[in-house]
Amino acid sequence: MTGAPLLSIRDLCVTFPTRQGEFQAVRGVSFDLGRERLGVVGESGSGKSMTGRAILGLVRPPGRVTAARMDLDGQPILNLPERRMRAIRGGRISMVMQDPKFSLNPVMRVGPQIMEAYRLHAGGGRAAARARALEMLAAVQIRDPERVFGLYPHEVSGGMGQRIMIAMMLAPDPEILIADEPTSALDVSVRAEVLNIMDALVRDRGMGLIFISHDLNLVAQFCDRVLIMYAGRVVEELPARDLHAARHPYTRGLLDSLPRLDAPVDRLAVLERQDDWRTEAIDASMVDALPGGLR
Amino acid sequence: MTRTAPTGGQALPPAGAAPVPALPPAPGSGRLAATGRRARALGGILLSLALTLLGLLLVTFIIGRVMPIDPVLKVVGERATPEQYEAARQAMGLDQPLAVQFLTYIGDVLRGDFGRSISTGHPVAEDLRRVFPATLELAAMGTLIGVLAGVPLGVVAAARRGGWVDQIARVAALVGYSMPIFWLGLMGLLVFYGILGWVGGPGRQDILYDGMVPEVTRLLLIDSALAGDWGAFRDAFGHIILPASLLGYFSLAYISRMTRSFMLEQLSAEYITTARVKGLSEGRVVWGHAFRNIAVPLVTVIALSFGSLLEGSVLTEIIFSWPGIGSYITKTLLAGDMNAVLGGTIVVGVCFIGLNVLSDLLYRFLDPRAA
Repeated sequence: MTGAPLLSIRDLCVTFPTRQGEFQAVRGVSFDLGRERLGVVGESGSGKSMTGRAILGLVRPPGRVTAARMDLDGQPILNLPERRMRAIRGGRISMVMQDPKFSLNPVMRVGPQIMEAYRLHAGGGRAAARARALEMLAAVQIRDPERVFGLYPHEVSGGMGQRIMIAMMLAPDPEILIADEPTSALDVSVRAEVLNIMDALVRDRGMGLIFISHDLNLVAQFCDRVLIMYAGRVVEELPARDLHAARHPYTRGLLDSLPRLDAPVDRLAVLERQDDWRTEAIDASMVDALPGGLR
Repeated sequence: MTRTAPTGGQALPPAGAAPVPALPPAPGSGRLAATGRRARALGGILLSLALTLLGLLLVTFIIGRVMPIDPVLKVVGERATPEQYEAARQAMGLDQPLAVQFLTYIGDVLRGDFGRSISTGHPVAEDLRRVFPATLELAAMGTLIGVLAGVPLGVVAAARRGGWVDQIARVAALVGYSMPIFWLGLMGLLVFYGILGWVGGPGRQDILYDGMVPEVTRLLLIDSALAGDWGAFRDAFGHIILPASLLGYFSLAYISRMTRSFMLEQLSAEYITTARVKGLSEGRVVWGHAFRNIAVPLVTVIALSFGSLLEGSVLTEIIFSWPGIGSYITKTLLAGDMNAVLGGTIVVGVCFIGLNVLSDLLYRFLDPRAA
C-alpha cells in the first residue's frame, strides 16, 4: 500500500434545490480509500448512499456535486465529461445495489446482462464475453453456470440474484466496488454466503470496497475501517475492531440501541440526535490522522 | 431430439424423450410444467374468446329483434298483401321461436351469411368484403403513422423530461385530444388538396385508376404494388396519406402520452441505475433497457388504438368520402337496413375481440414473467 490512495475525497457535497431552498444531502464528506474494506454506516437519510452515487457521477440534475478533491488513482474524476465518466463507471468503479429483484433487468436473460457489462469495457467478441460471463458465474459459486446463464431474473432466488449482480459488476475487473446495502434484502441465511463470496473476490483482486450499511455488527465484522455518517457528514471514523470504543455520542447511541444476547436489558436505549452534530466543526486533523496509514 | 426420425418420433414425443437418461430431471420437468401452464393459459384465452364472440352475436341478435324496424316490411314493401307478408315472414324464419331463430342466426353468421342488404341489393358479406379492406387500409396506415411518430416522441419526451421535445409532445397531444376531426379534416383538404394540391382528393383513388388494379388483398397500396402498377400506387398513396395522417395524429396523441408515462415509470426503476453503473450510454440505457420493458404494455396500447380506428373513423370516412365500413354502417343505418348494420357491427366487434386476444398472446410472448 504505497503511493496515492485508490480514491481520495475531500469536502464532498451533494445539494438538491427544493422549494424551501437548497437541501444538502451530503455535506463535506472526506475520506481516503485504499485496497481495503471501508464500511459506511448511518441511519436512513444520512447521505451514505448519495455519497456512493456521487462517486459514480450518478447524481442526476438538478442535483449538484461539489468537492475540493475527488481523485481516482491521483486523477481527478469530479465533473468529468459524461463520455469519460462512462469509461470509469463499471470499468473502474462499480456498484452492487440492495435488491436484485429490482436491480436486474426483468426482461433480459441473466447471461446477456453480464456479457453487456463486460463487452462494454473489455471489448471482444460475443464468444469471449460469454466465456467470461460463465467464468464469473462460476466465480460467485453458482453450480450450473450454463443453466443460470439462460434464466430470467424472476427465475432466480434473491441470494443467487445478488451473486449474479456481483458477477456482473466484477466482470470488467473494476478497482473499486461500492456495495450499497448488498445484503439488506436477502434472507439472513444467505447473507453470510453472499458476503463471503464478495469478500473473497474483492480481496483476491486487490480491490477497494466501500460497504454501505445500516448494520453496525455486520460492518464491524466485515470491514477494516468504519465511517459513521449522520445528517450528510462523517461524525466519526475508526478501525472496525475499535468500534466498541467509539467516542462520538452518536456512534455510542447507535451501539447502545442494539440488543445484545450477552447483556440483556429491559429497555433498549433510544437513539439521541443533537442538532449541534449537524453543524459541529469536523476536525480536519481527523481525516489526516486516519488510522490505517493510507496516505 | 426427434428431428432425425420425423415420422415415428413426432407421433410419440414422450417415448422419444425417454431414452435420454443424461437429461437432469429438474429442468425437464420444469419445462414440462411451463408448457402445461402455457397450454392452460391458451385454453383459457380461447374459451374466453368463444364466450365473448357468443355474447357479441347475442347482442347483435337482440338488437336486430328489438329495433322498431320490421324486417319483413322492408323486404316486401308497404303494398304487399297479408298473404305475401306472411309468406315472406316464414321464408325469413321469423315465425320460429326466438331460441331457434338465434341458433339459425349463429349458424348463418358462422357460415359467413349475414343476409342480404336492402339498400345495396348485394349480400351483406359481399358488401363487407368490399368496404372493410378500405377501412383496414386506412386504420393500418393511421396506426403505422401514430406508432412511428408517437413511440419515439414519447420515449424522447420521457428521457429528456421537461426538455423542448417534451414540451412539443405535450402541446401536440393536447391539440390531438381536443381538436374535432371533422374540422381538421376539412382544413387539411382545403390546404393540402385545394390550395397546395399535394395530395389526392376525397375517395380511395382517381376515376382513372378505378377498377384497373387486380384485386388480391383489396388493400389498394398492396394490390397496386403487387401488380407493379406504380402510377396506381402513387395515386392510392396520395389519397390515403391525408386521412391516414389525421387518424395517425389522433393515435399519436394517445400513443405518445402512454409511451411517455410507461417510460417515466421504467426510467426510475433500479435496473436503470444498474445499467448506468455498468457505464452504458444514455441511448443504450433508454432504448436497450427501459424500452424493452415498455414493449409489453405498449403492444396493448397500440392494439387498442388500432381497434378504435377500425370502428371509430366514421367522421373521417364521411369527410374524405372513404368507401369504408364506417360510412357503410352509417348509410345503411339511416336506410333502416338492419342486416347490413348488424353484419358491419359483427365485423368490427370481431376485429376488436381479435386484437385484444392478439395483444394478450403477444404479452405472454414478450414478457418472460408471464408464463
